[in-house]
Amino acid sequence: MKVSEVSAKTGIEIVTESYNDIEVANGYTSDLLSDVMGFAEEESLLITIQAHKNTVAVASQLDLAGIIICNGRKIPDDMKQAAEQNGIAIMRTDENQFVTSYKIHSALRG
Amino acid sequence: MPHRFPLLSEESSDKTPSLTMEIIFRLKVKDAMMTNLRTANKKDTFRVIQKVMRNNDISGVPILEDNRLVGMVSVSDIINALDRGYVEESVEPYMTKQLIVLEDDMPLSFAVSYYNKYPYRRFPVINKNKEFVGVLTTKDVLSTILNEMNNEITLLESQIFHDKVELPNQIIKEYIIKQFDFENAGHASFRLKKLLKEKEVSRKIIRRASVAAYEMEINVAIHSNGGKISFILEENSITIITKDTGPGIKDVAQVIEEGYSTANDWIRSLGFGAGMGIPNTKRVSDEFKIESEMGKGTTVKSVIFLEDTDEGE
Repeated sequence: MKVSEVSAKTGIEIVTESYNDIEVANGYTSDLLSDVMGFAEEESLLITIQAHKNTVAVASQLDLAGIIICNGRKIPDDMKQAAEQNGIAIMRTDENQFVTSYKIHSALRG
Repeated sequence: MPHRFPLLSEESSDKTPSLTMEIIFRLKVKDAMMTNLRTANKKDTFRVIQKVMRNNDISGVPILEDNRLVGMVSVSDIINALDRGYVEESVEPYMTKQLIVLEDDMPLSFAVSYYNKYPYRRFPVINKNKEFVGVLTTKDVLSTILNEMNNEITLLESQIFHDKVELPNQIIKEYIIKQFDFENAGHASFRLKKLLKEKEVSRKIIRRASVAAYEMEINVAIHSNGGKISFILEENSITIITKDTGPGIKDVAQVIEEGYSTANDWIRSLGFGAGMGIPNTKRVSDEFKIESEMGKGTTVKSVIFLEDTDEGE
């Protein structure tokens, strides 16, 4: 399932204007970037509240499919720009990481 | 005008390079002036002052009274004294008393504008308490600006990403990492990833190298006073080395353990500093080495073989 399809299915909106609409392999939920760095699989959607530029750097290094920012956290402009430059989708939701993880899991496996 | 500085003249100010402008605004008169100067007393004769000038190879002597500047005697004053026959008299009635002075806390730009405004080559400098503290000459200004520009350029040069001398079948890249520079953190790792992609290294290996490089880069930014990261790509391996300039790690065995961290709350709030950086790096490396000396710095080396060994995933 592509990033855009996951967004359509879950209703989690994509905020980056451009992104690589790749197949999403998996999801990974963590607010600890070092943990993400260690264990997130490539082409995963990262479910997190870490709304800053370094999250994009990590996602880019790991070839993640996208970043879902939970709890309605504000996405800084420089984060959005960095994501657009690297072709990484940023999505946002008012829901927490638990609910979002369930939704993504259902969309990918359900 | 013979001693005109073009720097701050009306017609050129907007064309002056900003680095030069920054330097002359940043530096103070006291950063450029000469101190520990030969001075004289107003009761001294021109003959005495002439000897001071000759013995010290100077062309102007400040005349002081209780640390206060009361006049200046220049070579032309001496010539006048010789010419008019009062060389054995005290300088007091003849010395230049209407002095244009600079204050030691003024920016150098101020002094530069003085050289444009007045026909003098040197200005006496006083401090806040009106005490004489030094003399500023055009030569001092020039050499200070040049020196400072040289420092700036050396600094800039040290930050240029430059390639080292390479052996055949070897590519070496080196990048500077600044302390707490989260703005650019990951920059070097990003370049490495690009390079490995260009060289068509397998995705799995690229991923492992990316993890190692990123963690190592972040570690230098978070924990050290700054340093550099080098990538050495050879036929069969990629070697990543970070070298920092301190402060060093007290107990190296401890940092290899997962969960040990000295990071502050601010770094933790960004999602780093959980004590996973070094364990993560070690896990993706085929060879891993860390060496540290307190007060000197830390060197970390990670080697990843390009042939897939199934290790580290």
